Amino acid sequence: MSGEELLKIKETYIQEKRAEAVGGVINILVHMGTCGIAAGARKIFDFLQNESNRMKLKNIKLRSTGCAGLCSREPMMTVEVPGRPPVVYADLDTGKAKEILEQHVLGGRPIADYAIRTGFEGHQTRVIIGNV
Amino acid sequence: MLPNVAEIVYCKDTSCPNRRNIDVGRLLKEALDELGYGDSIKLIETECLLSCEEGPSILFLPAGKSCPFLVDVNVAEHLKTCLEELQRPSSPLFHAHSIDDDIPTTEDVAFYGKQLPIALRNRGHIDPESIEEYIAHDGYLALYKALTAMTPEDVIEEVKKSNMRGRGGAGFPAGRKWEEGRRYNVVPKYVICNGDEGDPGAFMDRTIMESDPHAVIEGMIICGYAVNAGQGYIYVRAEYPLAIRMLQKAIDRAREKGLLGRNLMGSGFSFDIEIYPGAGAFVCGESTALMYSLEGKRGMPRTKPPRSTESGLWGKPTVLNNVETFANVPQIIYRGADWFRSIGTEDSTGTKVFSLTGSVKNSGIIEVPMGTTLRSIIYDIGGGMQGTAKFKAVQLGGPSGGCLKEEHLDLPVTFDSLPKVGAMMGSGGVVVMDDSTCMVDVARFFTQFSVDESCGKCVPCRVGLKVMLKMLEKIIVGAGEEGDLEELEDMANHILCSSHCGLGQAAPNPVLSTLKYFRDEYEAHIYEKRCPALVCTALIQFKVDPDKCKRCGLCPRVCPVDAISWKKKEVAVIDRERCIACKSCIRACKFGAIY
Repeated sequence: MSGEELLKIKETYIQEKRAEAVGGVINILVHMGTCGIAAGARKIFDFLQNESNRMKLKNIKLRSTGCAGLCSREPMMTVEVPGRPPVVYADLDTGKAKEILEQHVLGGRPIADYAIRTGFEGHQTRVIIGNV
Repeated sequence: MLPNVAEIVYCKDTSCPNRRNIDVGRLLKEALDELGYGDSIKLIETECLLSCEEGPSILFLPAGKSCPFLVDVNVAEHLKTCLEELQRPSSPLFHAHSIDDDIPTTEDVAFYGKQLPIALRNRGHIDPESIEEYIAHDGYLALYKALTAMTPEDVIEEVKKSNMRGRGGAGFPAGRKWEEGRRYNVVPKYVICNGDEGDPGAFMDRTIMESDPHAVIEGMIICGYAVNAGQGYIYVRAEYPLAIRMLQKAIDRAREKGLLGRNLMGSGFSFDIEIYPGAGAFVCGESTALMYSLEGKRGMPRTKPPRSTESGLWGKPTVLNNVETFANVPQIIYRGADWFRSIGTEDSTGTKVFSLTGSVKNSGIIEVPMGTTLRSIIYDIGGGMQGTAKFKAVQLGGPSGGCLKEEHLDLPVTFDSLPKVGAMMGSGGVVVMDDSTCMVDVARFFTQFSVDESCGKCVPCRVGLKVMLKMLEKIIVGAGEEGDLEELEDMANHILCSSHCGLGQAAPNPVLSTLKYFRDEYEAHIYEKRCPALVCTALIQFKVDPDKCKRCGLCPRVCPVDAISWKKKEVAVIDRERCIACKSCIRACKFGAIY
């Protein structure tokens, strides 16, 4: 692995993300640290996976990520819509996940009641792909 | 420099009909230079920003707010206005649809806004199982810089200059330790990452290992390069199966990409990492005991000198650091020691990860600059006490640490500030306690833990802690007598001075600090046979105070054995023969009438 190859991997990743964004792909990150899993995040993840399959949704990318830090409010998930800052949701159950999927992910309207914050964190290394 | 603007993103899509041939980048650069922000605000060019009905837009980060780029005005003026307006929560200057106005932004939410994630910069944002994602977020670029543009001595100098001190709690300067490790011209040498994190209630390292395993790996490889070690071990406690899984996956991915193994990045330097799971012993978090455990021997500490940097694992020079320490290394190398030193305080540079738990509204894992006050941690980030609970004490540093009171809350949290008042930052555990906590019981809890975990090698710890525990239990059941507290203090000081290792040396801290700040509670247990917090069951009479009883009839309903008789408008009466001391009535009573 040379330095050029490292930067190539970064560039490829950015290109992929850019293509996703232009194609309107929405990223849903379910926070699955041990705290999240203990609170039931796996159920949320499986539910979203099943719903996405059932509805044959092509433009959703469901991913798992680490703890969001606010362990007392797990399960949590972050919705990243191209062109908009991410929205972080907390205290989830499958019912709320369903509403968020329908209203925010598919309908474009974030649900303020379930959200705890939006935007980026300081010193979070951001990958600027254009449709941030 | 305005704190909340780090980057301005502008679009360069030349096919966009709204662009009108404007060189946005050049105009922005000139304007920023004119305003004096040329060096502090980075300009990023990108494709279409998708928010451009009125023409090209610019996006301010980290706020995530965008506005039209106006060209028929003085660009510098417009930019200045934008930067000022960014401070206002819902300025109409910015696109209304870029954020939902009802959802607070990161800066507005104290839990997030007051944090500064460095070791935790990637947590919750990347997929820990994807090395590509780690690389895309500037991962392994520090390693690249170290291997191709720095000598091992340069790396050590940079870490020394940063003044980063060990995050496991001891606070020994990492750069000095690495320099020591490099000194000895012996092969092989080893790098060990201490992922044993045994403090009850502390899960900082777990979060780092689960959420960003590559940060730890990159830090270890850089260390190996600096000290000339070819093999690394991550000792992870077995109680962290997800962390072990994530680390192993990360190691596998790194090996596939040639970032672990032979001749890394063509530098000639080879390094590999293996995971070694612990087996449930708190004492194996002590570095010499850990190394014996790794060797397959019984985990017991040894006398020093020789220090492990001279003779450690299998008698070879070994550099051991904590998970959080390693997670900071890539950023120190990538951004530079001066950047790291600009955060925190003079003698405690950088940030610290804490696990904030207990009676606070927001409990979880936080990372703040060193020097942040306890008050800010508990009341700003933590959101204050839960419900109607009243603050009583904050316990720091787990079984090695001490308890502090309200009067200490304005102390900055650093390595050196807390020992002055008999506490220590430790590895980062912060437990907030309210008035339903009995401080004698807390001391007993931590002493019991240390008794269970003592390796048994030295008398002060093996025997002394058990004697202390028995004294505490005697006080808790109501058999405490005159002279007990002096004896307890005496014993604690003996154990502190004469124990063989850190476990015994620090185990008396919970007792000593609670005796110092909550002596009145101990005295109530001994002289009044009363537990003010109503925790120690033997000292609770299970009687109803007729002056406080509001005759509401709630307690008879919650009693599982029908020991409470009550008639409307009368004081409840508890039958002590039937009562099983479960305390359901005490918990239920809203008026504190049962004692």
